[in-house]
Amino acid sequence: MFSNEVLQMLVKGIGETLYMTLASTLFGYLFGLPMGILLTISDKEGIRPNAFLYKIMDVIANIVRSVPFLILLIVLIPFTRFIVGKSYGSTATIVPLVVAAVPYIARMVESSLREVDAGVIEAARSMGASTFTIVTKVLLVEARTSLIVGVTITLGTILGYSAMAGTVGGGGLGDIAIRYGYYRYEAGIMAVTVILLILLVQIFQTVGMKLSVHLDKRK
Amino acid sequence: MVQIEVRHLSKTFTSKDVKVNALKDINLEIKQGDIYGIIGMSGAGKSTLVRCLNYLEKPTAGEVWVDGKELGGMTEKELLKQRKDIAMIFQHFNLLMQKNVVDNVSFPLLIQGVKKKEARKRAEELLDVVGLKEKELAYPAQLSGGQKQRVAIARALASDPRILLCDEATSALDPQTTAAILELLKDINNRYGITIVIITHQMSVIRKICSRVAIMSSGEIKEHGRVDEIFSHPKTREARELILKDADSEETVNLAKPQDRLMEAKKIRIVFSENSSFEPVIANMILKTGRPVNILKADTKNVGGIAKGEMILGLPDDWKLQEEIEDYLKDRGLEIEEVTGDV
Repeated sequence: MFSNEVLQMLVKGIGETLYMTLASTLFGYLFGLPMGILLTISDKEGIRPNAFLYKIMDVIANIVRSVPFLILLIVLIPFTRFIVGKSYGSTATIVPLVVAAVPYIARMVESSLREVDAGVIEAARSMGASTFTIVTKVLLVEARTSLIVGVTITLGTILGYSAMAGTVGGGGLGDIAIRYGYYRYEAGIMAVTVILLILLVQIFQTVGMKLSVHLDKRK
Repeated sequence: MVQIEVRHLSKTFTSKDVKVNALKDINLEIKQGDIYGIIGMSGAGKSTLVRCLNYLEKPTAGEVWVDGKELGGMTEKELLKQRKDIAMIFQHFNLLMQKNVVDNVSFPLLIQGVKKKEARKRAEELLDVVGLKEKELAYPAQLSGGQKQRVAIARALASDPRILLCDEATSALDPQTTAAILELLKDINNRYGITIVIITHQMSVIRKICSRVAIMSSGEIKEHGRVDEIFSHPKTREARELILKDADSEETVNLAKPQDRLMEAKKIRIVFSENSSFEPVIANMILKTGRPVNILKADTKNVGGIAKGEMILGLPDDWKLQEEIEDYLKDRGLEIEEVTGDV
């Protein structure tokens, strides 16, 4: 149905999309997880209330999340160039993807950690657990099911963003869909790339949900 | 020896200009090895008070002394260490739901830096003490309420505490399970000499295991003392209400209909002590005076191993006869007091 060249291009597209999505999610959590933890514990109902810290992160998270991703992508070009040396291609796309993902992830983490029963936290405090111990041994452990669901949703969202980045030369399946499908009216290729994107999201979702259910001991 | 001493403790919660005085000038002494009950209706401040004993809640004013050290003067680090000595169990058990039973019990030990293998060994011993050895690999969700509380007790004992605080620990359990958990607490108190502080709204819990009790209402301690004394001579309205409520919930024989109670000219409360409850005092009294009395309420209980009883009688109109009856009862060594209102 497709020429060898097109097939190769699609395979490469899948690879780039996976690379961008997974790398961005990984780096996103590297910054987003601590930010989410800080948001949770510095909240006035948290274990270390700190109104000032909470407000700062709250505002940053809201600002970044309100800027449309395409705008963020363009605004960040100088920053991207500074970090990776160029402003196009999949590696370069990871930079704005991470910037967009961090506050999003932080909010996901915050909402997961908030679900942890206050009584369990109090029990840990009564045993003399430090804030650090409560975070690592209670919050993250008790919320792990919800955190994994969060990762699953994040993967899907970042995959979508990465496809969007294709419009400005980001590479990956989105890039192919735009260049071949949209600009050249090759509906076949566009359909295939879209189907591939759907499949990827399905796989992430299924694996993530299975894993979270498997790890949940509450039933 | 006094182990916990609370001096002029107050706690005020402020939220959006609204001030709530949860605790007002509380003074309390709890002796080493005691089982001390703090009872009150919900909102009385007892949960706040117990949280001040390990400084989970910081008092607004006053001092808490534990084993001769004042908690308010401690640094954060010292406080975390001090909490090793003061374990706590809760109404809703508060176990880690994603960890199995043995990991839950090991948890406080791991916090203190005990090696994993050692912690596990100790946890297994403790599960044996609470009778849950065979459940060590189960998750809390697979256990019944009573079993969860046993796990929580094992967890509380893990750090070798000197004090165990129980915050409504049996309130979510049925009566049989409650009795079993109370037995276990009593056993732990006997075996390890751990001081136990019990917060509850059920007088039956106090009656079954406490030696001393403080009665709380709207942030104040209304009355405190030995459980048997308070049961036989409640001084305050709050204490009487709680005792009556306890009686209503269980083996009470309420003989008169409410409308009949109002007919009586005078009501007296008779308190039986250990020996006189075996003598047919009322029957003899009726035979002697030749006039019937109305038994409005009668109830005897086992309080700390001693039979205690009380009875409320409605006396006839004739004041001379009333005096005769009262004298007769006093002669028999019974204590009587007049009661008013709807009993």
